[in-house]
Amino acid sequence: MKGYLIFALFLAAAASTIVFFGGVDALKTTWSYLYWLLIIVAVAAAASWVFRELLRRLMPEVIAKPMRQAPLTAAFGIMIILAYIIISVGAPLIAPYGEAEIFTRINVLPGGDPELGGDPAHLLGTDQIGRDILSRLIYGARNTVGIAFLTTVLSFLIGVTFGFLAATLGGWIDQSLSRGVDVLMAIPQLIFALLLMTIASEWAYRSGISLTWFMILIIAVLDSTRVFRLARAVGLNIVVMDYIEAAKVRGETLSHLIFKEILPNAYSPLLAEFGLRFCFVFLTIASLSFLGVGIQPPLADWGTMVRDLSQFINFAAYDPLTASLPLMAAGAIALLTVAVNFVVDWMLHNSSGLKE
Amino acid sequence: MNSVLGIILKRLALGLLTLLIVSLVIFCAVELLPGDFAEAILGQGATPEAVAAIREQLGLDKPLVYRYLSWLGSAATGDFGISFAQLNFLEFGGQGAGNVITVADQIRPRFFNTLFLAAVAAAIAVPLSLAIGILAALFRNSIFDRVANVATLTSISSPEFFVAYILILFLAVLNPILPSLSNIYADMTFIQRLTSTLLPALVLTLVVTAHMMRMTRAAIINLLASPYIEMARLKGLSQTRVIVVHALPNALAPIINVIALNLAYLVTGVVVVEVVFVYPGVGQLFVDSVKIRDIPLVQACCLIFAAAYILLNLLADVMSILSNPRLRHPK
Repeated sequence: MKGYLIFALFLAAAASTIVFFGGVDALKTTWSYLYWLLIIVAVAAAASWVFRELLRRLMPEVIAKPMRQAPLTAAFGIMIILAYIIISVGAPLIAPYGEAEIFTRINVLPGGDPELGGDPAHLLGTDQIGRDILSRLIYGARNTVGIAFLTTVLSFLIGVTFGFLAATLGGWIDQSLSRGVDVLMAIPQLIFALLLMTIASEWAYRSGISLTWFMILIIAVLDSTRVFRLARAVGLNIVVMDYIEAAKVRGETLSHLIFKEILPNAYSPLLAEFGLRFCFVFLTIASLSFLGVGIQPPLADWGTMVRDLSQFINFAAYDPLTASLPLMAAGAIALLTVAVNFVVDWMLHNSSGLKE
Repeated sequence: MNSVLGIILKRLALGLLTLLIVSLVIFCAVELLPGDFAEAILGQGATPEAVAAIREQLGLDKPLVYRYLSWLGSAATGDFGISFAQLNFLEFGGQGAGNVITVADQIRPRFFNTLFLAAVAAAIAVPLSLAIGILAALFRNSIFDRVANVATLTSISSPEFFVAYILILFLAVLNPILPSLSNIYADMTFIQRLTSTLLPALVLTLVVTAHMMRMTRAAIINLLASPYIEMARLKGLSQTRVIVVHALPNALAPIINVIALNLAYLVTGVVVVEVVFVYPGVGQLFVDSVKIRDIPLVQACCLIFAAAYILLNLLADVMSILSNPRLRHPK
């Protein structure tokens, strides 16, 4: 009961702040947007409820069973992730045009109404050099998500291998690896990435290899430090087990120890970490692209699109659809990270047994 | 008391060492450049004579260790050299202009602006997130807690520029309350400066508040589960007394830690936010110099951000030692 009271007080505080700074009109406009937000949230909740029911009834027991206890947020997360996978795999089939295809009409307004400066052939219009924005949004799913996924996989390969190596071998190898990671982690990731990208762009300029590849490598190495920490901690707990001792006595090789004995027992914490790291890598890459030093053209990607389309936001009072173009790209990034976070939250909640 | 001082001094020394190693990493990263500094300044079309001249002028013919030490020495006194853009300007007849603009000259006013932005953000974020965090912990699993949980998770998951454009949309375009571009110049009054800074500061607040609130909530819940709180409840103390007298003193340590860690998080957030709002701070200068590969500027900005990050983490460390006696006796 008190919870409701506090909540109501907060809403009242927010409303009075808006009225204080912007007057009653501001409250009205804000309310009309909040109204739409509420509708979207309600639709999303309904959709994920239906999705969860479908999974519960139609899927085999392996999937249906955990879904019976899954909260609505987790079902929502799974639904969104599935949708992103479908869009990114099927991008060439779904998108009306190619991602780098350039048309003669530039800056076509979205909406598809010729009288208002639109074009039915380009539902969301074209950008400043005449590329179809809808197609680029769809291809953005493939590039942005695909590159982030690739980077995370690479970062896990590096981090897990070295982390388990440090845990198994111990001694000076463990010490030197751990201290090296400490140093790398002492510099904020985005800052360090920007420094390395400066150097990489010089290399890319001379060698002709796309900067995107350098970025994947740099982010993967920087992010693998976090994976290393976790893998080493998990590995240290497993290394002391009797079956590891037995395997060592059997004379198994190091790679057998790491990949056949330790890895299978470390899956569940690593999997949850994979979701979180993916979010982090995804956001870092999006930020770098937004700053102009990430994924390079002609690849369509959401971070770059937000930057290129950001000026449209100034037309919000006259043409809400145009103004929402940069928000669509940014929202696409946010939606996926929210979805992954919801699922990871649920997974952690399940595996930790914490019911608080 | 002596042992506390000893531990803190040890931490400070460790922090200094970290800073030293980090500066070495930043310096050595630049050595990975193809070719060297001189070629980077002049570009690929430079004649060998010009490259040799620049090389000698910058002391690039000296050994690596010597160059690092002299760079570190001058960096410690605030001298980061001259940016490539300025060097080029001098090279092509700008000499007559008289005074040379050094990297330090470029950074100084921006550094103050960035500090101001971070300070405004912190001044709003810290009390707000502590209040929400403590309330969410007290009324956990209520509707307030759930809404706060989903809202903060969403805000953490969104990239800074998404939050920024949403706020621009509502507070600058639809309801023109605050300017969407931060126009900062030298002789502004405090109020003018605050108005220009408020929107970027609000974005940072939203992002940091989410982190801080979740960490505060976790810290308090952790504490409320401990046996001595249960004891206090069982002997019939009022809820307020349990929280204010028993829980809060022990919650201080984790909360202070949370604040310092999140201020360190501001360091990265500031870069993106400054670019969105064209805020004349160090972050924007950093990104611009990365784009034109202006190495001296990149090095200087990187060192400043890393130093701020390390110092704040160090502060978190020292504060938690001071406020939690158990940490003074490491096992």
